[in-house]
Amino acid sequence: MRGQPSLCEVLTPLNLAEALALLAAHPEARPLAGGTDLMVPFAAGRLPDRLFLNLWDLEELRGIVVTDGEVTLGALTLFREIAAHPLLQREFPNLVRSAMVTGALAIQSRGSLGGNIANGSPAADTPPSLLAYGAELELTSLRGSRWVPYADFHTGYKRSLLAPDELITRIRLSRMGEGGFHYFRKVGTRQAQAIAKVSLAAWARVADGRIQDLRLALGSVAPMPIRAKGTERILQGQAIRNLPLDAALAALQADISPIDDLRSSAAFRRKVAGNLLVDMLRGLAPT
Amino acid sequence: MNDYAHIGRSVLRREGRAKLTGAALFTDDLKIEGLLHGTTVRSRVPRGRIMGIHFEEGFPWEEFIIVTAQDIPGKNVVAHLIQEQPCLADGVINHAEEPILLLAHPDPERVQDARERVRVDVEPLPPVLSIEDSLRCDPVIWGEDNIFKTILITKGDPERARAKGHLQLEATYYTGAQEHVYIEPNAIIGEATPDGVLVRGSMQCPYYVHHALHELFQLPLDKVRAAQVETGGAFGGKEDYPSMLACHAALLSWKAGGRPVKIVYDREEDMACTTKRHPSRTRIRSAFAADGTLLSLDVEFLLDGGAYMTLSPVVLSRGALHASGPYRCPDLRIHARALATNTPPHGAFRGFGAPQSLFAIERHMDEAAHRLGLDPAELRRKNLLRTGDAMATGQIMRDEVDLIALMDRALAEIRYAEKRASYPVLNAGDEPVKRGVGFSVFMHGGGFTGSGETMLHSVAALEGTADGQVRVLAASTEMGQGANTVFTQVAAEALQAPLDLIVVATPDTGVVPNSGPTVASRTTQVVGKLIQDAALAMRKTLLDAGYLQDGDVAAAIRAYVAQHGTLRTESQYQKPDFVQWDDTTYRGDAYATYAWACYAADLRIDLVTYETQVADFVTVQEVGRVLNPTLAAGQIEGGVAQGIGWGLNEEVIWRQGSMANHQMSNYLIATAVDLPRIRVFFEERPYAYGPGGAKGIGELPMDGPAPALLNAVQHALQITPRQVPMTPEVLMDLVEGA
Repeated sequence: MRGQPSLCEVLTPLNLAEALALLAAHPEARPLAGGTDLMVPFAAGRLPDRLFLNLWDLEELRGIVVTDGEVTLGALTLFREIAAHPLLQREFPNLVRSAMVTGALAIQSRGSLGGNIANGSPAADTPPSLLAYGAELELTSLRGSRWVPYADFHTGYKRSLLAPDELITRIRLSRMGEGGFHYFRKVGTRQAQAIAKVSLAAWARVADGRIQDLRLALGSVAPMPIRAKGTERILQGQAIRNLPLDAALAALQADISPIDDLRSSAAFRRKVAGNLLVDMLRGLAPT
Repeated sequence: MNDYAHIGRSVLRREGRAKLTGAALFTDDLKIEGLLHGTTVRSRVPRGRIMGIHFEEGFPWEEFIIVTAQDIPGKNVVAHLIQEQPCLADGVINHAEEPILLLAHPDPERVQDARERVRVDVEPLPPVLSIEDSLRCDPVIWGEDNIFKTILITKGDPERARAKGHLQLEATYYTGAQEHVYIEPNAIIGEATPDGVLVRGSMQCPYYVHHALHELFQLPLDKVRAAQVETGGAFGGKEDYPSMLACHAALLSWKAGGRPVKIVYDREEDMACTTKRHPSRTRIRSAFAADGTLLSLDVEFLLDGGAYMTLSPVVLSRGALHASGPYRCPDLRIHARALATNTPPHGAFRGFGAPQSLFAIERHMDEAAHRLGLDPAELRRKNLLRTGDAMATGQIMRDEVDLIALMDRALAEIRYAEKRASYPVLNAGDEPVKRGVGFSVFMHGGGFTGSGETMLHSVAALEGTADGQVRVLAASTEMGQGANTVFTQVAAEALQAPLDLIVVATPDTGVVPNSGPTVASRTTQVVGKLIQDAALAMRKTLLDAGYLQDGDVAAAIRAYVAQHGTLRTESQYQKPDFVQWDDTTYRGDAYATYAWACYAADLRIDLVTYETQVADFVTVQEVGRVLNPTLAAGQIEGGVAQGIGWGLNEEVIWRQGSMANHQMSNYLIATAVDLPRIRVFFEERPYAYGPGGAKGIGELPMDGPAPALLNAVQHALQITPRQVPMTPEVLMDLVEGA
């Protein structure tokens, strides 16, 4: 291991108020939830942070609360808890499936939804599902709380709306009932424990033979997880028997900006993103 | 049933309980007083001149042990076949990640910190980073022409025979490097003073380490000792590289006045710096008669050896000797060369050159069948070797094996004929998932190539103890493959004793004789035979001395040792009489025997993602007698898993001569869900010169999967893939015609 634990300090608050106070006093402290993203660069000696704020004991950030109109997940909700939740399985299957393909069982038992979001990786598995479900985030500091649309949260590669003294505290999903169309597919080459090369999540509602609502989101094809809003606009309101496929594919290529990296090529990501869109629409409008 | 019929039974692993419960201690688990932690400062460029080494000012360097090439008491060399590779770079750098300087400190964190505070100034020189550049001598980086070794095998007149061909086919095949990804990264503890050098650690070949330390320190052989510690996998990756670590740890200890020094690589360092499978390029020019009879083969086989020769000539030899596959061919030429490049030296990896050349010939046979309008099975039926046929080197095939029957059994198991016909119909539809079925037929020579076994003069011994146990003394190591267990079975059966009587001694050059390296599928076949002979000799000694009347071997040993003081029997390798080999002409019996196999794959290829899933995988092999069915099946399944990985997803990405994706998140080995149920079938024909009739088995399963997979890809998609790994990116280009 190349990380140097003796150079590091970990602050461990016992409740949210204490955590927010510590963060206000030490805005350079790196919030540490499950640690599944941070421990990898730490072990490789590539994590510059020396001061950490350990959120693990904050009971306020745990639990999944269901009301008539909404589901609210504490930021420390573990992937394993998402995967096992019956209502999420019924109404938000993309989120469940993306949680189930995040790392292995050990990672799913330690990694949290809030951490996945805060880490800001463009390749993270749950963000496209959250974007497709129109999630909102609660950001909290000593100054108070605010709700922001998740679609606005990421502002660039590993950049976000989160202020140095803020924590992500809750994630909120509006319940859309059953019967919508859900699509999630992660392309990681390997069938498990892979980092996505491309992923696509979609939620749609079809009525009277037309796409009434559509949200489409992708991972690993831009500096951050993105909504494919141009593509959504092309498809919105279209008759599913006569979808403007070429225009949608062209719009998708404009929505995304993939790169060549160790895991794949920009060309592959562009081609496969298009293939996933076609695959998704084939499911939406079965022949 | 005979209570002592241990051979053929799935006896439990001898060290299995300790490994399962965590009681087994690996090198990094050992608690050692006064231990220093060592680390390595390496080159960041593939080629250059060292202009200076700078230590950050104000850092307490006096706390550290620092070793450079100038501190080496003997020769600055890690001795392998020749004395060529430096232990520490001195003046010149020949590959990325080349070791330049060593540091040690009692605190492992401090030593990591210090590594970042050493700056090596290097004047870069133009590197050679590919087989093509090396061939062009652009520039010359090794010898006069960048060629470590050339091998030529000829038979008849391939040019003239080619002219008579109804089909003349030429194609070039490529295979990539492959990382071993053993569970335990390299780890060594060294203790060295002028009175003696002791190195313990994770290793395959204690006597290789012994040899390297002897040359490095120029100490007498009996002042140098290398001992294996429980080893968490190796696959060839701990054949030669532990000699490097051993030299480093021992040098640090030497400078530290004999304090023990441990060097443990983390996964990133292990992946970036240690050996990998040789990348290859194979061009085949062939000719076939209209009925599919193979008339002529001209194979040019090239290996990227990396910056130093190390084991490349031997890898090349095995590759060349398998290059014509299991086929009769009256006129052939195999021209093989291992070339220098400025990457870390490539080394041993399960299969040892054979997977590369067999990939090429087995793909080529399918391509030829396609061009001739024959089913690949029909083409092979015409050309497969039969007992009594002459192989490429003129070796007469003695093995009584019916390769056609072997192939037909595998094809029946995977329902080849039915799928061959039905899949194209299925694939014509709109569904994005395409199906394909394909197979490969191949062999793997057991034991060292040619006269290698004779030159090794391997010895194994058995020793009776005062308390009535039998110690097996051999330098062959347990590295997860089951050597301990098989040795125990063989010794106990020959002695007609219970298994518990047998203890396999730790391979320690201070204790065990040199039974040769733990490589080349030779441990069971060759060393197991030595152990069997030594055990038979011990039984005879006991019988002759009159101690075995009631059959109680333990009591007999106790009585014998009490009376005579010691009980020890030895056996030395004797080549089977029929084996004749000429190293200068490459004619004769390349291997005493071969294991034979047919592997068949059924694929699902998703044209949405270009991902390939193996739906079914059938292996049928003839490996002599199977000594331990569970362990043998485990060897096959593990080798197939590595073969599928090499064929589909394990891509080493090179940047400036260094592995860029040296993390397990970016270098994708197959997980359990990526693998099908691997079906294992054995044909058992006892081999007269193996213990209990066994042949070598460890490497065979690495040879067959890649060509079987790509042959199935050709069937599914009507494309002609010629390289592995066939990643989704490569497949996309082939499918989309980029």
